[in-house]
Amino acid sequence: MNALNTTLILAAAFLAVFGEAAFPIPRHWLGAQVDLLPALMVYSALSADIATVSLLAVLGGLSFDALSANPIGISILPLFAVGFVIYLKRDLILRELPFAQFVLGAMASAVVPALSVLLLLTGGQEPLLGWGSIWQWLVMTAGGAVATPVIFQFFIWCRHALGYPPRVETSFRPDREIRRGHN
Amino acid sequence: MLRKKHYLALGAVTLVALLIFSLPPRATSRLKLAVGSWFLPLFGLAGTAEQLPADLADSVLPRRELLQQINGLRRQNGQLQAQILQAAPIARENSQLRAFLGWQQQTPWKLKLANVVLRDTANWWRTVQIDLGSRDGLRENLPVLTTDGLIGRVSSVGITRSQVVLLGDPNCRVSARVENQAHDMGIISASGPLDNSLVQLTYLAGGANLKSGENVVTSGQGGIYPAGILIGQIVDSRPVEFGLYTEARVKLSVNLGGLEQVWVLFP
Repeated sequence: MNALNTTLILAAAFLAVFGEAAFPIPRHWLGAQVDLLPALMVYSALSADIATVSLLAVLGGLSFDALSANPIGISILPLFAVGFVIYLKRDLILRELPFAQFVLGAMASAVVPALSVLLLLTGGQEPLLGWGSIWQWLVMTAGGAVATPVIFQFFIWCRHALGYPPRVETSFRPDREIRRGHN
Repeated sequence: MLRKKHYLALGAVTLVALLIFSLPPRATSRLKLAVGSWFLPLFGLAGTAEQLPADLADSVLPRRELLQQINGLRRQNGQLQAQILQAAPIARENSQLRAFLGWQQQTPWKLKLANVVLRDTANWWRTVQIDLGSRDGLRENLPVLTTDGLIGRVSSVGITRSQVVLLGDPNCRVSARVENQAHDMGIISASGPLDNSLVQLTYLAGGANLKSGENVVTSGQGGIYPAGILIGQIVDSRPVEFGLYTEARVKLSVNLGGLEQVWVLFP
């Protein structure tokens, strides 16, 4: 199940990055492209192990940077930072609640691009920034927030469709069986 | 709270990131191309998905409309051939006069058609990827244009695809000239991140008299773009730094959001 979950998360990240590059519809309508990797990282940090979180940060970050003008590797640390913090606090998070998923998705989608831009500026790069960047940041935050509960539902459906069905517990217990006709 | 495996994960990811940052530029560009090649199988899929609605529309297009389009294209073709016939003696005459005056001969443009396959995933860059690479003879800094005007230059080259940095990106600066009497010169640079149809024309002479609607073309200086490629039209201008120089907004002649096919210009 863990291997299936990890495979599904990495495949979803791969497709999400390609979709962002190949179908720029949100950019035409809203002026910004929504990044689904932070939302996937929230799901990964709440439902998978630390190895999956690390793999998603490295492979997702590399894929994202390979299709953009970012220096390669710049997105790894922001993704991992978000995933690592959520992973450490996941016992305190009501992960089943869509509202909690929404809030975590918003926070992750706000923090990851902000950290990425900060790293770019620290590295001497000149990204395209201005007042319009605030609007883009809000769109990314809102998009990630909406996408996170959807991603959770998608993975629950995938687990039901591809995983073993859960064992049905019955109320029968052998030690509580009433035997009649014996002394 | 932090267990051994958490430290291991934190250390491993940080190490990988630092290792990639410390690679020399040549190695990072190779790594970028290698990672980008993971997506090669999906290019065909995306192309088919994009083509499907067009194919469906073609299959239901009435025959009468197709015949009308063919007739229209025939007429246009005839007009263009007539223009070529008219232009041929002018070109000969131009060439003879250039030879007579000892001017350098103008060579005709060599163009290669490319499809735009991907757009930048990050909101803070303005680049696209095209389906031509080093095996097609592409190299860095070749100008890229459409029939409407300049769009940018090739910034990195892979074997089968290349990255084109578009006008308006901070890494794409173009020496430009305004087509007015003074031939004012400036530098096309980035504008805001939201509106990709506007760019800034900076470092124009102080007191430059610019009018809205005047064409802006490449100046030919800088060694990358040949002179005379249309960039856009002046929208407005304002003095900067107490009139030390003038800055103008330029509306690009090409819609960068709707790029599908582009031409790569070979010298």
